[in-house]
Amino acid sequence: MQSVWTLLSWGPEGWLDDIAYGVFITVSLAAATLPLGLVIGFLVALAKQSNEPSLRLAGNIYTTIFRGLPELLTLFIIFYGAQIGIQQVMRLYDPTAAVEVNAFVSGMIALGVVFSSYASEVFLSAFRAIPKGQYEGGYSVGLSGWQTMRLVVLPQLIRIALPGLANLWLILLKDTALVSAIGLTDILRQAGVAARVTKHAFLFFGVAALIYLLLAIISSFGINAIERAVGRQQVQR
Amino acid sequence: MSIAATKVDRPPALPRGWPRQRILGYALVCMWIAFLAGIAAYLIVAWNGELFAKYAPSYVTGLGVTLLLVAISIVLGAMLSVPIAYARMSKNRILRGLSYAYVYFFRGTPLLAQTFLVYYGVGSFRPQLEMVGLWGFFREAFNCAIFAFSLNTAAYQAEILRGAIESVPRGQWEGAASLGLHKLQTMWKIILPQALIVALRPYGNEIILMIKGSAIVAIITVYDLMGITKLTYSRTFDFQSYVWAAIIYLIIVETLRHAVEWIERRITIHLQR
Repeated sequence: MQSVWTLLSWGPEGWLDDIAYGVFITVSLAAATLPLGLVIGFLVALAKQSNEPSLRLAGNIYTTIFRGLPELLTLFIIFYGAQIGIQQVMRLYDPTAAVEVNAFVSGMIALGVVFSSYASEVFLSAFRAIPKGQYEGGYSVGLSGWQTMRLVVLPQLIRIALPGLANLWLILLKDTALVSAIGLTDILRQAGVAARVTKHAFLFFGVAALIYLLLAIISSFGINAIERAVGRQQVQR
Repeated sequence: MSIAATKVDRPPALPRGWPRQRILGYALVCMWIAFLAGIAAYLIVAWNGELFAKYAPSYVTGLGVTLLLVAISIVLGAMLSVPIAYARMSKNRILRGLSYAYVYFFRGTPLLAQTFLVYYGVGSFRPQLEMVGLWGFFREAFNCAIFAFSLNTAAYQAEILRGAIESVPRGQWEGAASLGLHKLQTMWKIILPQALIVALRPYGNEIILMIKGSAIVAIITVYDLMGITKLTYSRTFDFQSYVWAAIIYLIIVETLRHAVEWIERRITIHLQR
């Protein structure tokens, strides 16, 4: 019977190094998804707040679909769907082609579209919080539409949207646990492997849960720092 | 000054004809139509009567399992959330700390990790559980899922409840006290009716999140809608199994969302001006 500390030590005896690798995968997946989700979410929000009804419709369909599907199902659809789709295309050229889609990339895309559909709602409500006079003021001093957006609206928008986006980041961090289901070696999968080998399931899944908690705590410190920095800017103006 | 003023563009009026935005919007909508039509065409082409007859009944049972799981978890979670919310708002520091830790843990860790912790982790406590006769309960994956989900949703619902109760102004409490109502009466007759209006939308979102989150029980071998879908796919390698599941989930979530909106419109009639 090995002691708990041996099991949680670094090296061939313990599992800490494996779990640390899982932490690396989880964090890098979340960090890689964030910019993707933010950009898509912002573009969708732009579409949803435009005057053009067809653009609004297109944005709303996007949100409805990806907010309504379970994250796990989105992940599976993208993972297997991309595999089948690419394979079909490849078969046209090479009938023996076997394609394996990268789990990391599919996880990134799936989590990215889910994140962006929620982020678009956050951005949209932030857009609505900005008075029309800000745009009119921008136009009246001769800024173009794009300049008004970049120099006048966006700085205020980010400040308003920040709490919502911070919340979404925490949700994203938790959602990354789902990629263990498509074979990516994230925290939860490494903990599962350790649990199967050592039969100490409660210990390892407990450790995994605590690591997620720790990541959330670290994130909230980071978020507070960002909010303070943004708030200070406001005071300086 | 006047020269500069003449150069200023007029504020954008509603454009006619085909401005860039409209072209983009129509293109995107056409893309969506093509995409949805493509899925419809795929389902028609891939239609397999034999397959449908074989698996459609299990999809219905799977849907039943999903709805049952969510319903039980939500109800148990709602019951559990009341004492937690009470503890969160109490003046006792220990109670407040404990309930805060509970809420923080269950909201800060993934539902999947919690489910694994319960489903695989209970094996570590087998002797103790056998002693109190709960081992039989925890051997079933479905029960483990209900246990984990109830604890999880209790944390979220406690926060919803607390937020809603605290959103009611203090004056309501004071007014009720000055009329001679005691605490429980105030809560039941004055505070809750106002708080539930605020809480309705978050509650609806929580149910939707639960329905979406319940898909993960497929990983611990519960045959809910997602579990049946995975099973069907692993047996037939037919991708339409996932498409059907997606359609069913979308219908449920959209129905719920619109139902919540309808209820909200109904119960806030007296607030509209």
